[in-house]
This record gives sequence, structure tokens and C-alpha cells, in this order.
Amino acid sequence: MELKKINSNTWEIPKQANMRVPAIIYASEKLLKGVRGDKTLFQAKNVACLPGIQRKAYVMPDAHQGYGFPIGGVAAFDLHEGVISPGGVGYDINCGVRLLKTDFTEQDIRTQKKLLLSEIFKEVPAGVGKGGTTRLSRKALEEVCIKGAEWAVEKGYGEKDDLSRTEENGRMREADPSYLSPRAFERGVPQLGTLGAGNHFLEIQKVSEIFDSDVANVFGIHSLNQIMVMIHCGSRGLGHQVASDYIRLMENKFGTKGLPDRELIYAPIRSELGNRYYKSMSAAVNFAFANRQMIAHWTRCVFQKVMGSSDGMDQVYDVCHNVAKFERHTIEGKVKEVCIHRKGATRSFGPGRNEIPEIYRSVGQPVLIPGSMGTSSYILVGTSMAEERSFGSTAHGAGRVMSRHEAKRRFRGEKIKEELEQKGIELHCTSWRGVAEEASQAYKDVDEVVRISHEEGLGRLVAKVVPVGVMKG
Amino acid sequence: MYKFLSHMADAKFQAFGQTLEETFAHAAFAVASLMWDWKKIAKNIEIPVEIEGIDLEQLLVNFLEEILYLLDTRHFLLGSIDKISLEKGPEGWKIQALFTGDENVSGYEIFGDVKAITYNEMIVKNEIPFMVQVVVDV
Repeated sequence: MELKKINSNTWEIPKQANMRVPAIIYASEKLLKGVRGDKTLFQAKNVACLPGIQRKAYVMPDAHQGYGFPIGGVAAFDLHEGVISPGGVGYDINCGVRLLKTDFTEQDIRTQKKLLLSEIFKEVPAGVGKGGTTRLSRKALEEVCIKGAEWAVEKGYGEKDDLSRTEENGRMREADPSYLSPRAFERGVPQLGTLGAGNHFLEIQKVSEIFDSDVANVFGIHSLNQIMVMIHCGSRGLGHQVASDYIRLMENKFGTKGLPDRELIYAPIRSELGNRYYKSMSAAVNFAFANRQMIAHWTRCVFQKVMGSSDGMDQVYDVCHNVAKFERHTIEGKVKEVCIHRKGATRSFGPGRNEIPEIYRSVGQPVLIPGSMGTSSYILVGTSMAEERSFGSTAHGAGRVMSRHEAKRRFRGEKIKEELEQKGIELHCTSWRGVAEEASQAYKDVDEVVRISHEEGLGRLVAKVVPVGVMKG
Repeated sequence: MYKFLSHMADAKFQAFGQTLEETFAHAAFAVASLMWDWKKIAKNIEIPVEIEGIDLEQLLVNFLEEILYLLDTRHFLLGSIDKISLEKGPEGWKIQALFTGDENVSGYEIFGDVKAITYNEMIVKNEIPFMVQVVVDV
């Protein structure tokens, strides 16, 4: 596909055929090569054809082929003419990342590292088809879907302060669980408070580089070798069921004719079905917030038990990277409310936005970008420029470059564990084959992804963290 | 049977069979093979399933989703499909099948996760040689 080069890291698919707007891709030459190797660009073009799309369709530096929308796709829609699409959010609704700081250093935990990890492994259920320790009634689960992380804090999982340090304060107020199918509840009941599997993980990390010490300080990151905890997971089967249910309902109602890709099925935002999807999706978002809230709480409990204290384990932030929501953005000089879809993209609001916690409002929101297993992850800060260039969004992770099948063929989980141990990284997992699938060689270079984000002003570098202990579901 | 094709981020497979029913059953084994070794699952539990779809593509998605639903809600591991029949009615397609397998107890290794069945690059070839192609979100 022919691309117009805007600058060394910005490319445009000019408006053509049925496209209503152009599409913009943020990528270095190296990352672009990967993007050209799959269907990302065609999928971006399809997104640019959707009714009511505003300004441009955007593709983040870690993008790869998805279903319907590309992973790393961002699009905003007019509230009257626009649409909402489950394929623009993804199956794992509110898959996201939570970061806790500690006041421990690597030296402090050195002798206790193994124990910390094995205790966390005991406390936080992980793996596929495994239930959690918390089995709720349907009524209680409805409350989780309405209140999100607030529910968890009320029940004693964590602190009030965690809420203000969570996107949406840990609760999307539009959530309405009465629109969820019985199946979504059935899948949600055994899974609240579980990590899941696949690319989901919990890591004990240390700060290895600080790029912007002023902003880092505001985020509670004060020194090299400081220990952090990162949690990456989502809404589990409940969210997957919501996505599948509404794709099916929209197909049954609107048919699939004329869609370039069946996963692009959508409903007008203001339609009854569009509204029901939005409220159900919000319920799944809340489930995921509560899920991460509980996991964070158990992690603190383990530190309390093993290290004798969990003081200073404040939450830095919690971000969603699969979500649709209503936000105000400046479009053609006018401030306007639009429906933003971020699929495999992180919100990256700059200073002054009232959606971000007061403590961060002078610098911008923390943006958390997990790397692949055993490699570095990054903390960035949102920018005002991102609002102009990507509706306040940036990358969400590393993005794959090798299929899971190929990774499983090439790597062995036991060998990966050995290699990580040589680097001083402990690994706990539920399956060796699962570990092989997540080998870091199967992923894009996250360093390159965040460099582009930084250079293009989508999110500026604040700190780099590397794992010292990994728990993989 | 089934074979996996190269796909960067997710898992993509093709399943084959002498009939469309058999092809659907093989697709179910392909999905199970991403999470556990279905050939090693004991036949301790039987679950009859009945699935509908407005067309063959939706029927296939709904049918394969059933495996994920049963895993999440009943910790059921599919080991084989003993009966399967497919019919077209006035409202669309319907499948009836008997899933057999076992509960996820220790001793079975679950090595992968399938989040959802997608329509991405889906092919349902309802004629000889029968074939379906599916990409699943993992």
C-alpha cells in the first residue's frame, strides 16, 4: 500500500475510495516493515470508512493486525452520526495495567525475592479454566459491575487512594449489568480476582533508568533499583462474552452485508443496541478494575507478610488499553464530545485535563507500557500534543512479531526460565508451553515502540523498569 | 483433521472432514489443542450441546465459543465429540452434538488460553472437500 511520508516517524494513508478520513501511522521505518507484513494498514483503511469518524484514524507504534480494527488502533466518532463497534474495543475489555510503587530497593528484597514470588503465586489465582478464591453470588457480581474498583475497596481490598489513581476512578458510571447475558455472569462468577493466562502477568520490577526525574518524582518513582509491582490483566471470560454477545446481536439486527470485515460490525452510538453495548462494555470495564484492585491488594498483603511492611506501596496508576468512552476533544477548532475507541492503545492525557487525578494534573497522566515477559517495561507521561495528534493516545505494549505456534516450536519454557534466572529474574508459571509462547523473541522491540512515542510527542519517557520476578498465568 | 497456519498475533487454523459435521468437530479439536492435549482427556463427563446461528459462519463461531464457555463455567475439558448433526431450518442453522471429556483436575496441563473465536479470515466451505478456516484471539 502506498503511504505518504509526513516525517521520519509519521505516515499517512491518503483518503481514497470509501475512506471518510485519512489514516495516520506512527512508526519508524523498522516498525513499519513489520506493519506492512500483515493486514494492519488494510484494517486502518477499513476503520477510516466507518460512519461519523472524526479527523483521522490513528495507528500506534506497536500496531499489528487485529480483527476489525488493528491492535493499536484509535478512532473517534461523532455522537449523532457515528458508531460504536465491539471490534473497536476488542474481546478483552479493559485489559489494562496497574503499577504499584514500593519504598524497597532491590537490595532489600534480594534474599526474600523467591519467597515473595511464591507467596504471590499462592495468593493470586492464575491459569486457564481455573476459578478464583472469591466466589460471588450473581447479585454481588452485579454490584461489582456497577461499582468497579469502588466495590473492591468497600470490601476491604485496598485503599480509597487507589481509586483516584485509576482511570475513570476505577468505575465507569454508565455501566448497567442488566444488559449482560446470563452467560457473561456465569463466566464472571468464578473468575473475579484471577490473573488469567496468555500474555497476562504480574511482575516485581526494579527501576533501571529515570529519564525525567521531576515527573518521576511526582509519580512516586524516586531512585534507581526501587522496587515496583506491575499487574497486567483484564475482564476475563465476562468481558470476552460481552464482546461475542454484542457482535452476534448486532449481526442479527443489522446483517453483515457491505462490511469489509465481519468483525467491524457496529451500531449507531445513539441506537438502542449501541447504548446497550456501551453500558455492558462499561460493566465489563468495571469488572476488570475490581479484578486488578483485588490482585493489587493481595500483593500488598504478601509484602506485608514477607517483608514486614507494605508501607509506601501506593498505586502509581491503572490504565485501560481496550476501551470505548466519551471524551471531549478539539476537532476543527471546536471542542466536541466524541466516542473514542482505543483498541490496544493507552490514553495519554497531558497536563490540565480534569479526567486525570489532581496529583498528576500539573504534569500529565502516567502511561504504563508493559514489555514482553522478562524484558523492560516503561512509564511515560501523557502530553497535550497527543491530544492533537492521536486523540490523547499512545502505544500499549510490545506487539508480537512471531506467532505463538512458531514460538512454541522454537523455544522451550524450561530453557527460558534458566536464561531468565541467569539474568537474575525469577519465574513462576502455570505451564511451560505457555512460557515458550511468550518468549521475548516473539515480540517487537518495546524500546523502539516507546522511542517513537517519545519522539512523536504521544507520550514522553519518564522511567524504565526491568523485572526481577515474573509470575505468568 | 486440522492444521495451523502462520499468524502473527493470534492462532489460525484450517480443519477438514468428509462431511461438514466432521469438519466442525475437527475445528473444535483444533481450538481445544491450543489449550490442552484433547487426545489425553478421559471421557468422564458428557455434555449435550445445541447451537444456532443465522448462517454457517455464525454457527461455527457460536459452536466453538461453547468450548470456552464450558471451560470457564464448568472447568470442562473437551476430549471428543461423540455425536454431531447439523441442519438448516427456516431461521438459520442448528447443530446438536454430544461433547465428552473431563473436569479440569490436576494432572492435566493447560498450556494456553483462547479468549474468543473471531470472524477474521473465516472461511466455511460447505462442499467437497469440506474445509473451515478460523482465527482465534489468544
